Amino acid sequence: MSSLCRNSLILMTAFALLAGCDREARDVRGKPFGETVPGPSPDTIFPGGAPRGALDPRLAAYGRNAYAISQGQQLFIRMNCVGCHAHGGGGMGPALMDAQWRYGGRIDQIAATIAEGRPNGMPSWRGKLTNQQIWQLAAFVRSLSGQEPKDAVSARADELSNTPPETQTRREPVMPADSAQQ
Amino acid sequence: MRWRRLWVALLLLPSLGGCSGIQTSLGGDGADGASFIRLFTIFLVVCGIMYLLVVAALAVAIGRRRDGGRRALTVDNGSHHESSPLVRSALVGWGALIAVGLIALTIASFFTDRSAAARARHSSFAVKIIANQWWWDVIYTTPDSSKIVHTANELHLPVGVEAEVELQSNDVIHSFWVPNLAGKQDLIPGRTTDIQLLPTRTGLYRAQCAEFCGTQHANMALVVTVESKADFLNWIAQQRRPAFAPASRLELAGYRYVTTRECSSCHNITGTPAGGQIGPDLTHLASRRTLAAGTLPMNRGNLYGWVADPQSQKPGSQMPTIGLAPNDLHAVVAYLERLK
Repeated sequence: MSSLCRNSLILMTAFALLAGCDREARDVRGKPFGETVPGPSPDTIFPGGAPRGALDPRLAAYGRNAYAISQGQQLFIRMNCVGCHAHGGGGMGPALMDAQWRYGGRIDQIAATIAEGRPNGMPSWRGKLTNQQIWQLAAFVRSLSGQEPKDAVSARADELSNTPPETQTRREPVMPADSAQQ
Repeated sequence: MRWRRLWVALLLLPSLGGCSGIQTSLGGDGADGASFIRLFTIFLVVCGIMYLLVVAALAVAIGRRRDGGRRALTVDNGSHHESSPLVRSALVGWGALIAVGLIALTIASFFTDRSAAARARHSSFAVKIIANQWWWDVIYTTPDSSKIVHTANELHLPVGVEAEVELQSNDVIHSFWVPNLAGKQDLIPGRTTDIQLLPTRTGLYRAQCAEFCGTQHANMALVVTVESKADFLNWIAQQRRPAFAPASRLELAGYRYVTTRECSSCHNITGTPAGGQIGPDLTHLASRRTLAAGTLPMNRGNLYGWVADPQSQKPGSQMPTIGLAPNDLHAVVAYLERLK
């Protein structure tokens, strides 16, 4: 067997082995069971600086998880977020696909905003959605401004859309005051 | 060894019982199903006869003794082109038989198709079925919008009445299949398809999604009840009523939880503030035969299990595990059981 042939065979085997890699875990039930969303305590928003202390480990779990983001995408239409925020572009409510985050752009901060509601019209969803659903929704909202990796966001929009798919969305800069990027 | 084979054959025998019952395409309980079985029988007989003839000819050819080279047909003497008159007429007859058989099959399938199309023209009432991952939304549409009946995972049909079933999908491609009554029809997102059902026998049948549609495709069933016209009218009158009001304190607590918390974000209960349009309608939940699209039979134990942790009963389904406190769980189940 020629060395070229052998090498390409080895390469092909290596590629086949890649199929065994798990990209992510699909957590259908939400762990831990009594999962909580952060409350509206003032320590989730910091004027002019990164928050102190360790960040919630669920940030990473929900942020880079295609299942969580796509579930959030479904909820975004089903729970009629579209009614005020349109498909991210904003309307009666603020736009979600730009660089501005009034109440913080980390997933836990968005989850707190969804759970608690905010002045001037944002209703509280605590008790209307499970905490897991709120986190999924928050992960999707964050992905609207291109913050999530391209292999985690959905390439297909659920609505009729004249904008490029989410995988083509430009990543908006996040101000250090808005969010602590790791 | 031979005994063991016999045992295996004997053990497999009872599995034939699965061929008759609530989910079989050989049931013939609908007009379409019956004409399909007729066509199937014609095909089976024609093809069976042809198959037997081929096998018989093959057996004759294998079993025939060779004449040991005396009259061997070889290339050398050029005699291999000539075959005996008997063989020649047998070949001509064989060709004619094939032509006749194929024409018979074509005519039979043409007339079956025509009769199905003719039936489709006079359907007397309309049902809309919307497929979702992984359940069926069933809507009895009427011109009078106050009389629309909304149910889920259960289809009731009066016997001997042609029903026009309008099919839509909310997410991915599904396929609607009541094997006892008719063939399959796909439900395609963004498009409306239809199928006609004319049940000829009363009974209980099971329909199943027949196009792989995600993790819980196997648990996406629909119970089809074919009943007399009077029973059907009773059922539809019962389904038109708003939900029963809670009667006990426990049911009242459940009513409060269901109408103010997570449940009502997705589920509708007619006559209450619960108005979600995303999950199955719960107005007469307890009157249905199954839970979660045929996953579980309807009873108190399964209702507890399903409400407490749907993700362990049907992993991946759209109903989330809420993690209800025990008090709330008892109350919610008590209220749901009230929804007859």
